Amino acid sequence: MENHPAVELRDVSKRFGAQWALARISYSLPRGQSLLLTGPNGSGKTTLLRLIATASSPTLGELRVLGLNVRDQREEIRQQVALLSHASFIYEDLSALQNLSLMSRLLGIKDSKQRAASLLSEVGLAPHSPKPIRQFSAGMRKRLAIARLLLKAPAVALLDEPFAALDPSGMGQMERIIRQLITQGTTVILATHQVEHGKTLCNLRLHLDSGRVAAP
Amino acid sequence: MNGSPRIGLLRSLALVLAKDILIEWRTRARLNALVIFAFGTLLIFSFALGPDTQLLQRNAGGYLWLALLFASLMALGESFRIERENSALDGLRLLPVDPRALFLGKALGNAAVLVGLAFVLVPVMIGLFGVSISLSFGLLAVTLVLGCLAISAPGTLYSAVASNARARDVLLPLLLFPLIIPALLAAVKATTVVLQGDPMSQLRSWFGLLAGFNLVYWGLGFALFPLVIEE
Amino acid sequence: MANRVRWAFLIVALGMLVVGAYLALAWAPPDREMGDVQRIMYVHVPQLWMALLAMTLNFACSVIYLVRNSWKTDSLAEASAEVGVVFGAVGIALGSIWGRPTWGVWWAWDPRLTTAAILLVAYCGYLALRRFVDDPERRAVWSAVTAIVAYVDVPLIWYSVQWWRSLHQVQSSPRTVDPQMVLVLRWQSFAFLSLMVFYVWTRYLIAMATRRRELAMPAELSAPAPMQTSEVAR
Repeated sequence: MENHPAVELRDVSKRFGAQWALARISYSLPRGQSLLLTGPNGSGKTTLLRLIATASSPTLGELRVLGLNVRDQREEIRQQVALLSHASFIYEDLSALQNLSLMSRLLGIKDSKQRAASLLSEVGLAPHSPKPIRQFSAGMRKRLAIARLLLKAPAVALLDEPFAALDPSGMGQMERIIRQLITQGTTVILATHQVEHGKTLCNLRLHLDSGRVAAP
Repeated sequence: MNGSPRIGLLRSLALVLAKDILIEWRTRARLNALVIFAFGTLLIFSFALGPDTQLLQRNAGGYLWLALLFASLMALGESFRIERENSALDGLRLLPVDPRALFLGKALGNAAVLVGLAFVLVPVMIGLFGVSISLSFGLLAVTLVLGCLAISAPGTLYSAVASNARARDVLLPLLLFPLIIPALLAAVKATTVVLQGDPMSQLRSWFGLLAGFNLVYWGLGFALFPLVIEE
Repeated sequence: MANRVRWAFLIVALGMLVVGAYLALAWAPPDREMGDVQRIMYVHVPQLWMALLAMTLNFACSVIYLVRNSWKTDSLAEASAEVGVVFGAVGIALGSIWGRPTWGVWWAWDPRLTTAAILLVAYCGYLALRRFVDDPERRAVWSAVTAIVAYVDVPLIWYSVQWWRSLHQVQSSPRTVDPQMVLVLRWQSFAFLSLMVFYVWTRYLIAMATRRRELAMPAELSAPAPMQTSEVAR
């Protein structure tokens, strides 16, 4: 298992309806690396991250995450991969603490409520934790999504525009968390428009344009 | 760097169900609206079908189940709207949570809402249509529970499909209604018999049909829901 | 070659139907109770049998699709559902027409007609679903699930409607014991079977062509890309 690349794409294509979001991508990312994923809007960054997270299946081609096939070993992949996405994956009518406790319990984490509470403090949401999500701002939702990411220590962390909607202190914290993940040996894929910022964090780069790998 | 050991199907199911019930409780204004809607439907039937008390009494079971059926469309639709907002269901799927637990949890949650609604409507029905329970309340309760379970299983499966397609508000009833005709028939017949007496001992047959229907549809939902929610 | 076989089915069907018309209208004896009105059975019954056969084919394709994704299976499912709905609708209409002079009403809640009507609505729902989902993969999976659920319901619908009706008067249908009648019915069934094969096959070809158009990757994207080597970010 240890010598499989973190992510291996062979001729991967993804179509939504009539649109090809990704066309014939082949790429191999070794474990423990940090990859900066760049490209204009609509270039397929989000789709690629979703495919790796097994939120979606490739239309064509073969995709392996940590040596596991996304077509039939999804559950094993999901246990080791975490996705931070535009969608927050949370329930509007529950509180931050309730949302995070639920996820924590579903992951089989012991002392779920305490773990959830401590993560919420870590991301600076402790004073807001009993409020229903409906009252949260975009930045607060993002912090909650970060807490969700930290619930399990993933082998592969997929971050889709993690800095969007964050205030400067939030961005600082996000950066610290990313550096920490990298130090811990987590494979990180960071998709962002803030290319220069991303370059300071990642050691590799992949650029997409209109669904294909392109020169930046 | 492995996750904690996987939790079992039953535990996941219980957590998902608890989550749904908690959300229903938090948004109970919506539930109130549902009750009022069902009550309004029963009223409309009385007016549309005229004041003939004999007719109303004989068909009370039918009106009750029709009202429940229409209310179920709203409950089912709303239940999935919550999941699609913020892609919450996707988030659970990716944690990972066994999709079969997601089905069972959601379907049981929907059934619970319907059963609650049904129990609230019984006294309304008794009042409006002047019926009384000839057999026991226990048998009426069993009928209501079996019928609501029968609507909920295929309803949950289909609302997962419909909520992602175009014209979702039309598609759900179009898909669901023909399918549950057997369950509806059995539930109405059983209810009528419980209310008016069972001279020909039919109740067993209708319960049998309801039980069979539930068995088949909970089984199918359990097997097919994972395919429906994966992309 | 395959095309010729396909058209052969149509020609055979038309030929058999011409002969069948003679058999049904002139050769078969009139029914003892209903007289010549009963002759409509020779088109009404085969239509419903064909509809049921088409639904069964649709069910089989749906199950197979979920086991092994294949566009051929999905297209065949689409074709058989559509043709089945047409045959079913015609069969029900003919049943209604038959009912008018026999029972005096256009519709009489006869268990078979009732079940057929329910199924017709159910499969129209299936076709509506296919139309309302744009993504081909999602459409195939969701309609397969819907078809399986609907088809499994068929015996349940049948029994429940039977029991429901058994407490009221049931309109009797003629029992076909006369061997000449049975022969004509069989002849007609095969004629309509041949016609149905032609329809389903043709509709399948249309569905496959539509799939190919939907799924084609535009030329500018389909050039193969070599495996990328990692680029250093800084």
